Amino acid sequence: MTTAARTKVEARRLDAWFGATQALHSVDLAIAEHAATAIIGPSGCGKSTLIRCLNRMHEIVPGTRVTGEVLLDGEDVYGPGVDPVAVRARVGMVFQRPNPFPTMSIYDNVAAGLILTGARRSRADLDAIVERSLKQAALWDEVKDQLDASGVSISGGQQQRLCIARALAVEPEVILMDEPCSALDPIATAKIEALIHELKARYTLVIVTHSMQQAARVSDYTVFMYLGELVEFGPTEQLFTTPQKKETEDYITGRFG
Amino acid sequence: MDARQHTDPHYESELKELNLKILEMGGLVEKQIEHAIRGLVERDDDLCRATIERDHAVNRMDVDIDDLCIRLLALHQPAAKDLRLITTGLKITTDLERIGDIAVNLCERALELNKEPQLKPFIDIPRMAQVAQTMLRQSLDAFVREDVDLALRVCRDDDVIDQLTQQLFRELMSYMVEAPQTITRATRLLFVAKYLERIADHATNIAEMVVFTVKGKSIRHLDVVPGSV
Repeated sequence: MTTAARTKVEARRLDAWFGATQALHSVDLAIAEHAATAIIGPSGCGKSTLIRCLNRMHEIVPGTRVTGEVLLDGEDVYGPGVDPVAVRARVGMVFQRPNPFPTMSIYDNVAAGLILTGARRSRADLDAIVERSLKQAALWDEVKDQLDASGVSISGGQQQRLCIARALAVEPEVILMDEPCSALDPIATAKIEALIHELKARYTLVIVTHSMQQAARVSDYTVFMYLGELVEFGPTEQLFTTPQKKETEDYITGRFG
Repeated sequence: MDARQHTDPHYESELKELNLKILEMGGLVEKQIEHAIRGLVERDDDLCRATIERDHAVNRMDVDIDDLCIRLLALHQPAAKDLRLITTGLKITTDLERIGDIAVNLCERALELNKEPQLKPFIDIPRMAQVAQTMLRQSLDAFVREDVDLALRVCRDDDVIDQLTQQLFRELMSYMVEAPQTITRATRLLFVAKYLERIADHATNIAEMVVFTVKGKSIRHLDVVPGSV
């Protein structure tokens, strides 16, 4: 990890609501560029809500509300005139359950984002982007001979890497991963974790995970959330060896509830 | 320990067991030192031999505690203070085991010394032994109570025993210079002094590990023991 990493995404006094229920309480967080930041905390602590606020996906759910700022390269994504679709193109997301488009081929799944955003590209360009994205997602060698097969015909772990390839195809700057391995077996999990290490060089990663060991293994920084508040944030090594807050210590050592 | 319990009661009880086993081993080692010193001062060969015999029990506990620590590391992926307790457990038992070996060495020198007339009355050695034993007991008390201040005091007391060793060294040298026939016995007594100094060093190691377990900060290999952490 380099010292004094540049901040890529910064949340300032971020509040989020589901109807009358406040899910986030004034969260301040600076996410370093080209690093993996893990968010841990018990169910309902607001960690998924936090990352969904970073690319304006929280507001998709009816009745939700966000206040505060999320700065992407210093500019507020909630600022006037900002197109949320453009934000989501720069800040991609990978979900808990692999969700390839079931009626599309592997090739079309990867190309989908490019086709849906409307930019016309030659077949040769698309081929190149699909190949590059599948290679970056460490899936190319396993599917290169069956690009026309259905996106759901491959294993769960492969489907998740396909979703990562789909996110990478539109060349985002930040990738949010919401429990990307919780539906995967240990081998598929290890492949995704290896991939996270690779992707850090090129992208800024934020990973929500229920597995503290996974956070410890893959991240440079860790955020501990509890009851909608950011309790502690620091270098992963420090958070797992000498946490500064008692709540963090209790959580990571397995003293819950 | 923290009032707060682990959600997994099995893990909680295994960590408690680790604590208890370290204390049990510490208690056994304290007894070994006490008996070795008594065997020396009271010239009691039987007590020396029984003490040498009992070192097996110390060694067995060393292996037991290592096994427990490795099992806890493998099965529970401990973090933060629990991780420090377990890694410290591995190291404390090494120090305790070495102290156990020193008790055996003390008994061996005592058995040799007991074959010859006493060189001089035992004054400095019981005093050094008392300081070393107190340091050991306090380091273990500090471990149980997570008492950083007491642990730091143990670290500072290490200087006292170093001074006593120097003083005894000069005195025994004068014996040897005056009467060469005392050299064998004086040398054996010097070994005894060195052993006691080593016990104090191990007690200091344990005290340093207590500070690390509680505070997560290493105070090892510093020139001056900090006043607080």
